[in-house]
Amino acid sequence: MANSNNNRRKFMATTLQSVGLTALGGLLWSGYSDEVKASPLVLRPPGALPEDDFLKACIKCGLCAEACENRDSNKNKDGSKRPGTLQMAKGGDHKMIGTPFFIPTDVPCFMCDDVPCVPVCPSGALDMPSLLNKEEELDINKSRMGLAVVHKESCIAFWGIQCDACYRACPLLDEAITLKYQKNERTGKHAFLLPVVQSDICTGCGLCEKACVTEKPAIFVLPTEHSTGRAGDHYVKGWDKKDQERVGNAKEIKTKNERSEKEASDYLNMEVDY
Amino acid sequence: MKNIKYLLLRRVTQFTILFLYFGANAYGWHMLEGTFGASRLFGLIPLADPYTVVQVLASGFILGADVLLGALIITVFYMVVGGRAFCSWVCPINMVTDLANWLRRKLKLDKEEVNYRFLKRRTRYWIMVLGIIVSAVVGVAAFEVLSPITIMQRGIVFGFGAGISVIIAIFLFDLFGVRNGWCGHLCPLGAAYSLIGSKSIIRVEHDHTNCTNCMDCKVVCPENQVLYMINKESISVTDGECTNCGRCVDVCNDDALGFSIRSFTK
Repeated sequence: MANSNNNRRKFMATTLQSVGLTALGGLLWSGYSDEVKASPLVLRPPGALPEDDFLKACIKCGLCAEACENRDSNKNKDGSKRPGTLQMAKGGDHKMIGTPFFIPTDVPCFMCDDVPCVPVCPSGALDMPSLLNKEEELDINKSRMGLAVVHKESCIAFWGIQCDACYRACPLLDEAITLKYQKNERTGKHAFLLPVVQSDICTGCGLCEKACVTEKPAIFVLPTEHSTGRAGDHYVKGWDKKDQERVGNAKEIKTKNERSEKEASDYLNMEVDY
Repeated sequence: MKNIKYLLLRRVTQFTILFLYFGANAYGWHMLEGTFGASRLFGLIPLADPYTVVQVLASGFILGADVLLGALIITVFYMVVGGRAFCSWVCPINMVTDLANWLRRKLKLDKEEVNYRFLKRRTRYWIMVLGIIVSAVVGVAAFEVLSPITIMQRGIVFGFGAGISVIIAIFLFDLFGVRNGWCGHLCPLGAAYSLIGSKSIIRVEHDHTNCTNCMDCKVVCPENQVLYMINKESISVTDGECTNCGRCVDVCNDDALGFSIRSFTK
């Protein structure tokens, strides 16, 4: 009897230890996986799902990078082979290992007409339907890899120097980047030619960033999630009936302070002597 | 020559497969494109790693039909034909751990059998299940985040970077740490293929009437628990943990071991 008790105790202890160690392993593993997931400032190939879904879906096969690498057009001017745009994250890149990404200052996306990288994706991480136009054809202009932003303090066009490198480099010339003419009040007799990114058209290909002449590019692509804000349902555009419709489904928002019973015009003139 | 026949065949197979994958990126070949996670054979037939697919599904993403079909093709192939052959005929880590094992024997690092309390050969099945659970909890294929197998394969195809350290770590672990530590105790992919391939038809068969009990096969076998029948019974090695590497067949000088088609009548 005592022996069977001992055995049972031993069995319980071993089970408990196994379960405990499994839990320990699971926690470490989860923590590590969750940490490596968090590398949000990374540019993905065209058609990529939102980052969180992309990381789930990407099976890390590299077919997109291989399709990108083996373009006949990947040649320098002297005919030598040029590397493709897409790289596969390796250890040390500080991005989710094995996932495709690109760095515009290394090689930007050249927005191939036939979009070779997307149809080869077997898992659906690169979402082909999102790039189809009305004729059901692949349309690279529909991709949103990121959104270019201009840092106007370092952009020399804002200094009054005539530079339209990014404007000229943009594959959607005069659409995704437009030039805004403005009088240079400082000199009084010159004009600014200021680059303005049109965020509804910019694909985030990064050709502008690559072309930028400043030491560190003054125009650069960030993942759209990181280069955009959101006004939310609190605000509508004035004198715009259509924008009213946008907030038609807005949830009721309760104010914390009690609403004043007074007319706006009343309290604005309160306690003022004329 | 006789006693390295299957070893040579395996190395040729491994190098050929890796070279085809390498060529797909470097030269634009369409023989075998992608990586183990998902590949395309001859630019047409999808292939995919079943364990990876299960992890992705667990993370909450419904994969494309190509990948699901690919995983089915691979599963059926190893289930019916190959057994756990992926581990010894395809996986590049096998070359690393085989080297570690060979060095271990040459350096005589295994004076006595060590019994690790919480590192058993069945640990890998726990890790396999845990990988699926962690995938579901974190929302990302958990083993693919650190798998030395795909890190090494992508290293060969796209460049290693700091990923080489993972391969070195596996080598050191198997050489100075636990014998057959990675492939035989930890690797969840190996565990998955052990389960998938446990009923396959290609099997090593033992003929105990020829056996001289020299135990060379058990020394060289990376999963030598599957060779329990040596010099006892004339039966097939039916344990799914056998990788069909054929080293036992190679080293046997008494014609007591050989590949055969599994007999289902016994």
